[in-house]
Amino acid sequence: MAKQKSMKSVFSAGLIKQNPVFVQFLGMCPTLAVTGSVENALGMGAGVVFVLVVANLVVSLIRNYVPREVRIPIYIVIIASLVTILEMFMKAFVPDLAASLGTFLSLIVVNCLILGRAEAFASKNKPIPSVLDGLGMALGFTGGLVLIAFFRELLGAGTFLGMQVIPADYQISVLVQAAGAFLVFGILVSQVNKIRLARENESEVA
Amino acid sequence: MELIAIAFGAIFVNNVVLKQFYGLCPFLGVSTKKSSALSMGAAVTFVITLSAIIAHLLYTLVLEPNNITYLSTIVFILVIASFVQLVEMFIKRFSAPLYSALGVYLPLITTNCAVLGVAIDATVNKTKIFGDLDPTLLHVAVYAFGISIGYALVIFLFSAIREEMDAYPIKKNWQGIPIALITAFIMAMIFVGFGGIV
Repeated sequence: MAKQKSMKSVFSAGLIKQNPVFVQFLGMCPTLAVTGSVENALGMGAGVVFVLVVANLVVSLIRNYVPREVRIPIYIVIIASLVTILEMFMKAFVPDLAASLGTFLSLIVVNCLILGRAEAFASKNKPIPSVLDGLGMALGFTGGLVLIAFFRELLGAGTFLGMQVIPADYQISVLVQAAGAFLVFGILVSQVNKIRLARENESEVA
Repeated sequence: MELIAIAFGAIFVNNVVLKQFYGLCPFLGVSTKKSSALSMGAAVTFVITLSAIIAHLLYTLVLEPNNITYLSTIVFILVIASFVQLVEMFIKRFSAPLYSALGVYLPLITTNCAVLGVAIDATVNKTKIFGDLDPTLLHVAVYAFGISIGYALVIFLFSAIREEMDAYPIKKNWQGIPIALITAFIMAMIFVGFGGIV
């Protein structure tokens, strides 16, 4: 029973408590770059789910055979191969999405979230918890991206997943431009911090 | 004239950090002091320029003729990682003062997505940067140098603002990353203005 609970906590850590976007600030470049629309954010998220889960699985499977001194280059090669597979797959089946993600599709290689989880979790844990950890972190990452993209797309372009919601006269078009990403992300982080600070104070009183 | 346009565009109009969102982790992490921002900028300039040149040579001489451009991502990241290691060993051996100034920043650069991003943009996605122009080595070098000067410039300006900001009371939930992001937003808005020039 205790073991089951720890599995659950491994999975849920990445979703909220250790959320890669709002708490750990890992992989910020794609966070800001691909959140102009919810569709792009979901595409990026799906890519990260695939790469992070498989990378964690592979790293965990080979964890006892990799010499410590060369582990980082080995992890990078594993991640880069997975990203290449993902790139070819996306270019073949969803070329429009691949084009709008552009260079950031390849840049999943240097997303510190993936190397970070391989090093911090998968290299020390068994395959099943590693997969769960990867899934939790990647879904937390996707959730963060979608949240930012939701506000940017809704308020900036007046659309949600391409559907017109807000008429053109009431849009704040700066939000979909590059600069707006900083603004939306900054405001969201400050609000997340506010909730966290309030919770911490509560738990101290209790 | 063409080269000036490329350089200007790379420094201001398509600024790496504020427009393309490359290299944000060091931008927000390292840039709290002017001195460390300058060292980081210098290290990044060196690595981005040279790795873009290497990437361009590899792409045009090896990957393209053999039709294996799909390997670009793997090849580039390996080349960049080993190149950074090499630079680190080289500086350590030949210039102690330079090593003490740049040393700690070099390992960070491997995972700075600006390096890989510029290498990929200048080769695989070259139409995005150069349009119809088929870039020569000189074009790529000027572009990469411009990009890194833009990076150094912005990270330095940003650190100067953040040093001043320490003197002001900021609400607790806005401290650190959130206020830095809002500052970056204002800087990005200013840089949008350069778009009209080219």
